[in-house]
Amino acid sequence: MFEPRIVGFLCNWCSYAGADKAARAYPPNVNVVRVMCSGRVDPQFILKAYKAGADGVLVLACHPGDCHYKEGNYKALARHRILLRVLAGHGIESARCRFDYVSASEGDRFIEIITEMTDTVRALGPYAGNTMGKRS
Amino acid sequence: MASKPKLSMYWASSCGGCEVSLVNINEKILDVAANFDFYFCPCLLDTKKEDVEALDDGGIAITFFNGAIRTEENEEMAHLLRKKSKLLIAFGSCAYEGCIPALSNLHTKAAHFKSIYIDNPTVDNLLGIVPKHETQVPEGKLTLPAFYERVRTLSQVTDVDYSMPGCPPEPARVWNVIEAVIQGKTLPPKGGILGAGNSSVCRECGRKKEDKHITRLYRTYEIIPDTEACLLDQGLICMGIATADGCGALCPKVNMPCSGCYGPPAGVFDQGAKMVAALGAILDIGEKKGISEDELIRRIDMLVDSIPDYSGTFYKYSLAGSILGGGRA
Ligand code: SF4
Ligand code: SF4
Ligand code: SF4
Repeated sequence: MFEPRIVGFLCNWCSYAGADKAARAYPPNVNVVRVMCSGRVDPQFILKAYKAGADGVLVLACHPGDCHYKEGNYKALARHRILLRVLAGHGIESARCRFDYVSASEGDRFIEIITEMTDTVRALGPYAGNTMGKRS
Repeated sequence: MASKPKLSMYWASSCGGCEVSLVNINEKILDVAANFDFYFCPCLLDTKKEDVEALDDGGIAITFFNGAIRTEENEEMAHLLRKKSKLLIAFGSCAYEGCIPALSNLHTKAAHFKSIYIDNPTVDNLLGIVPKHETQVPEGKLTLPAFYERVRTLSQVTDVDYSMPGCPPEPARVWNVIEAVIQGKTLPPKGGILGAGNSSVCRECGRKKEDKHITRLYRTYEIIPDTEACLLDQGLICMGIATADGCGALCPKVNMPCSGCYGPPAGVFDQGAKMVAALGAILDIGEKKGISEDELIRRIDMLVDSIPDYSGTFYKYSLAGSILGGGRA
């Protein structure tokens, strides 16, 4: 079975802590990058992740109104909505790039999202445009 | 008298504007002629490919190579001029990052041939004839240079010493570069950029910048912008914020938003993504308190859906050179 590689940008104040609360096993496909705020995730990082071999990218933010820096998650959401349209021009399906909210106490929600994302990207198959060469 | 170093300029998949930019250095062209033997330039001179082939390797001091790599011929000339030139410079946006020709990477070669040679309303082509690499005729086999599936930048096919951004590079910057070479100034490390600054177009733009809150995006035909205020503040997508300086903010000076022809500023590796980052930070969707997740998305989408062409807006010049290269993988 194809095991997708997913890069997850997790905000230090919410989803990264949420991941620590995940009390059950979840798919090991997400490589976590801890960031200080979802608003710190420059869309260039996301493109670089695909280029470096990611089949999917996940950005997890604090729920609306809960951003440690007030507005970072709104900026991240707006960037994500524009980026989805730009990704289409690069031949990347929108399901390969997901933005969602996970608070510091939502371990179960974290597991749900990771599992869903892994299944979705697995169904899509490998992202063909990365430069990592063919995988067996 | 020792012979002068040779200078050449070649056009691959290009429009000719880069040559115009070189001659637009006006009377300085006499200084060029005094210091160089302008040896090869199909747009302006009569020397042929054979004359280049006849030179020793490295026999040309500098080649300004403009145009993207679309055909087999473009690539062949890139390799030949690489071999014959001490300095190979990607001159202008097409050679540097693909520019307008590279927007064709959003579609396949077959689709291009169909719309140009078959569906084109001013063409009658009942037999559906499209250019072929090889065609058999009674007299023998005819060949045309192959038309590649994708457009590439010069540095994607051969080793490039420097790149000069701009569509076309501004004549004053072109002269700066030639003058630096004539004066024997030390050039930046190989692979670097010549003829652009280290900041963004905004630095050269005299418009008044405010704290940005964009509540509506406009296309250029929809409004006549105020001549003093930042165009981005007025809801026009001005790429100046994600574009290297060097042109002197030409477009904002005539009340037009920058469309990004000088490519990404220093330190930015994807111009389109940088613009997405900037735009995402300044869209103003009103009071957010108590708004549902779906409503947030709806408001943002309403704003960004008014952009008619995402690749053409964010990667008008840099698609082939962008991180993901654009188009179907
Ligand atoms: S960079 Fe611009 S001016 Fe130069 S060849 Fe390309 S399209 Fe023409
Ligand atoms: S965004 Fe455009 S108009 Fe505004 S300061 Fe920058 S270059 Fe000038
Ligand atoms: S303002 Fe922008 S588009 Fe206009 S010449 Fe300068 S870099 Fe090019």
